[in-house]
Amino acid sequence: MSEPAATTFGEARRQLDVRRLARRHGWTVGVFVLLLVIVLYWRSSTAVAWGPFDVQSVAIDAMPLAFAACGQAIAIISGGIDLSIGSLMALVNVVAARWMVTMSLREAIFFMLLIVLAGALAGALTGTLIVVTRVADIIVTLSMLFVWAGAALAVMTIPGGGIPPRLGTLVTVDTVFTTWLPAALVILVGVVAVVWIPIRSSRLGLALYAVGSNRNAAYLAGVNVARTRIAAYALSGTFAALGGLALTMASGIGDPHAGDIYTLNSVAAVVLGGVSLLGGVGGLIGPIAAAFVLTLVKTVLIIRGVDQNWAQVIQGTLIVVVMMLGGLALRQKGKSGT
Amino acid sequence: MAEHLMEARDVAKRFGPVVALRSADLVVEPGEVHALLGANGAGKSTLVKILTGVLQADSGTIAVDGRSARVRSPSSAARIGLAPVFQDPALVPDLTVSANLRMTRSDVDAVRRELASLELDVDLGALVGDLPLPTLRMVDLARALAREPRLLLLDEITAALPSDLAERVFVAMRNQRERGRSVLFITHRLNEVIQNCDRATILRDGGAVATIVPEEGGEELIVTHMLGEDVARAALAAAEQPAVLRRSRETADETPSLEVEKLTTPGVHDLSFTLSAGEVLGIAALEGQGQGELFDALAGAVPASSGEIRVAGKPLEPRHPSDSIRAGLVLVPADRLHALLPQRSVRENIAAPRYSSVRRWGPISMRDEGRRVREAIDALDIDTRAARQVRRLSGGNQQKVTIARWLASGFRTMLCFDPTRGIDVGTKRQIYALLRGLADDGAAILFFSSELAEFPLVCDRVLTLYGGRITAELPGAAADEGALLRAMHGLVEEEGAAA
Amino acid sequence: MTTTPVPETRRIEVRRLLGDNPAIVLTFVFVGLFIATDIVNRVQSGHAFATPKQLSTTFLYAAVLGLIAAGQTLVMLTGGVDLSVATTVTAAAFTVSRVGTHGAAESIALALGVGLLIGAVNGVGVSIFRVNPLIMTLGVSVITLGLLTVEAQGQFTALVPDFVATLGSERVLSYIPYDLFIWAPIAAVIILGLRYSGIGRMIYAVGDNPVAARLGGVRVWQVQLFVYAMCGVLSALGGILLVGFNNAADLGIGAPFLLPSVAAVVIGGTSIFGGSGGYAGTIFGALILTVLDSLLVILNASQATRQILYGLIVLGLAAIYARTSSSS
Repeated sequence: MSEPAATTFGEARRQLDVRRLARRHGWTVGVFVLLLVIVLYWRSSTAVAWGPFDVQSVAIDAMPLAFAACGQAIAIISGGIDLSIGSLMALVNVVAARWMVTMSLREAIFFMLLIVLAGALAGALTGTLIVVTRVADIIVTLSMLFVWAGAALAVMTIPGGGIPPRLGTLVTVDTVFTTWLPAALVILVGVVAVVWIPIRSSRLGLALYAVGSNRNAAYLAGVNVARTRIAAYALSGTFAALGGLALTMASGIGDPHAGDIYTLNSVAAVVLGGVSLLGGVGGLIGPIAAAFVLTLVKTVLIIRGVDQNWAQVIQGTLIVVVMMLGGLALRQKGKSGT
Repeated sequence: MAEHLMEARDVAKRFGPVVALRSADLVVEPGEVHALLGANGAGKSTLVKILTGVLQADSGTIAVDGRSARVRSPSSAARIGLAPVFQDPALVPDLTVSANLRMTRSDVDAVRRELASLELDVDLGALVGDLPLPTLRMVDLARALAREPRLLLLDEITAALPSDLAERVFVAMRNQRERGRSVLFITHRLNEVIQNCDRATILRDGGAVATIVPEEGGEELIVTHMLGEDVARAALAAAEQPAVLRRSRETADETPSLEVEKLTTPGVHDLSFTLSAGEVLGIAALEGQGQGELFDALAGAVPASSGEIRVAGKPLEPRHPSDSIRAGLVLVPADRLHALLPQRSVRENIAAPRYSSVRRWGPISMRDEGRRVREAIDALDIDTRAARQVRRLSGGNQQKVTIARWLASGFRTMLCFDPTRGIDVGTKRQIYALLRGLADDGAAILFFSSELAEFPLVCDRVLTLYGGRITAELPGAAADEGALLRAMHGLVEEEGAAA
Repeated sequence: MTTTPVPETRRIEVRRLLGDNPAIVLTFVFVGLFIATDIVNRVQSGHAFATPKQLSTTFLYAAVLGLIAAGQTLVMLTGGVDLSVATTVTAAAFTVSRVGTHGAAESIALALGVGLLIGAVNGVGVSIFRVNPLIMTLGVSVITLGLLTVEAQGQFTALVPDFVATLGSERVLSYIPYDLFIWAPIAAVIILGLRYSGIGRMIYAVGDNPVAARLGGVRVWQVQLFVYAMCGVLSALGGILLVGFNNAADLGIGAPFLLPSVAAVVIGGTSIFGGSGGYAGTIFGALILTVLDSLLVILNASQATRQILYGLIVLGLAAIYARTSSSS
């Protein structure tokens, strides 16, 4: 039990801190670097001058996926997975478009608050079903995917409906302070900050991570596991509703199949954003950045004149290759470590 | 009459058709260290889970200070002054230590004080997943102590602790007693009970059979109560057998079964030794002195960085466990979860290693498999009443299955890493006899144990590791606890310097 | 001893029996559902549903799902999941009709080759690069569908060879569907293989405890690569039968089979975490889902209602199963 001298000990600890920081946030930084690279590439590849409008359009395109990724991230951090996000977004989309079309702006905003609340309740229902039936998350949310998708079809079988015009321009036209800062981006960051930051630093936030990290240890430590998991899905539902509303405001109409792609893309964004599918690790910043990366890749490819379908192939390949490299890195680490 | 601190009466619990607790009584007085003992399957862990609210009893009463108390969950156990340290760590791996403490509403400063009094320097900003298991057990203990509990419940805390840390746990237990508080101490190590506990309650077959004063009765009285008299006598006989067998064995001077030369891997430095057929070679070490890495390297779980391994004279460079297994070098890991397929049957578990290589993926000869499995089951005396799923077996029987797998598939050298961790005395003794028997039939066995008393019972020779190097070699008969402990602390070489 | 505990124990025993042999429960569910459909059909249209013809049709329809779910069973037994089965079905169906003009043998061989390729890519990603199966297979699915869309935009003559059409839609002796001659032997091989072959044992071992499997000498990646490749081939086979049945392929042909393939496995009692279950249960799962589909068609349920009901029923069955199996 020889004690090392105080100074070397402190130094070792500082080194450890650096390595710890790098390990905890390295991936997120990497995603931002990737985002930057794509933005620069995008900028260099457009013939027409690059203006605020482009930033605006990317922000609008990415917003629904960013919200979906936030919801998915919370579900996955808490040790679950929510495959129903896409269809819940579609349900919100058609409900909003069908009834908001005749509303005034004020009524519409009130209605949207109700929808977000309903989204939270829908998510809580999913979470309760998981806890009560003790069926695996993936199966329950898969079933709920059917239920919400069916409900969306019941509301509207073909695309239609609409929103108050002012509500649409709020997201698609408005900017804050400077024309370079689209309102869509401000809303995204603002909403995520208002919902997530207080939770993240609360005991509920710790419990979400704890339950996802090791459910048994969390239970033995006195965490109410059932309540925490229900809360995770309620948050996931909240963000799905926000994503559905973002989708409605961006597109201006309702489409029962509009949400189909968001289940896969949200999982992809979450993994690309550095959240472990095993739970307990990660945050929301990485997934949001990843949502922008995924959106931008496709935008840039289409701008460059690549066929829509090839763009899809390339985007898919990019996701898979990134995951493979990530897996390889993890494997290397596993070998050199214990 | 003074009030009991805690009194559990007629506590019963069944899982489907299986009766885990028939009717258990347990009384803990204020200011005592009370041991709870029992063989595997006696109902010990079920009783602990009921006391701490992890499980709900089917019937029976629990009273604290004479008032009846209902414990519905681990968090409600805390409210009646009970602080448990569970067998599984109650620390979440992906959060830092301090986040874990905040999550459980612990007083971080108090925990820091307790850690200091346990003479531990733990970085509270470290991720729990990065800390070694013994440290986590101590953090768990410090967190429990920081709540200043009336009753501290320690469930097999010493099983994963090296002896120096275990000693600090005993000091904490004595402090608790001096302050008029109580400890309920669960362990498989009887000497710890005799040295540290005021009274002991012994469970057998789901009921309390006796409450005794351990110092007066000694180890054999405890064993007799734990096993019942007939079984105890048989187990005693089995334990004496190896000593006889060992004396009759002749030393073989053929090519050694296993030669290790200058093996180096993170945690292990330039390690060299030989192991002959028919020999049991012990490896004694404190926690984390390179023994785990040594076993992993030999088993091919983690490739070694340099050095040479020869099996029966032939060089072996294992990159994957299958390389070692093909060479006849097989591992019995400490953690049964590293060996068993919990949802599969005993038969499938025992036969599994036979089909690992692609060449054996074809149809199975069920008759041949059945015969081999039966022989292995008979050799180890495995209780196959719950054979449909290995997870339904008791811990001791599971451990036997991990060994039986290699009997059925054949091996030359067995690497036993703490094969008796967390199993009852009777099964332990069966395993000692089995290992001796295997050696007498010509197998070579490398044996690590965290329980020092096992070395003279099982081993021909014992090597002690300290800091990844061999510090001493002792003949099995001379490997008593004192000698081992000194060598394990690296004191043999430094004796002159230390004085 | 009073008499009260006796029924208690008996109930527990029945429960355990059901938990250990889900096929018994599933037979009841299948027969019950079939009878319910019969009753509904009689009320609605005056015709019986419980006829040999309808039973034969159920098997004819179920073969496609049964084969896809066979691959899914193998993958899920190792603790994975393959979300690219539907696109594999589409790719195989599309391949058959794309090269159909070259003859049946060539188109079938090519379609199976496409399935093997997709499965192998999944397998390499999951086993060697350790990508989460959900992501890997979804990604491969997106890529495949994109490539198919690009290919479908080109000029070609679509033709489903007669042999494939016969195989996928016709019957021998007016009751025995041809596709049963494909499905039944494969089912037998899988059921027996899982129990009595080395690879079968290793599939369970890897799914139950990959760490123990590795320490026991299994090269886990070999087993994973095998099951994903097999899943690709079996899905392709399902796609070939499907295009034979439909007599034409479009890019949406496989999509309706994705979730049912997972549902059939789950209903059949295979653990989503791997290590326990088997193909026999999955066969019942496929049959149950097929009858359920017929029932919803008979009820004239809208797409919306069918989806909702489908979701609730999968959830309900999974919940019942979870209850019976977690009695211990």
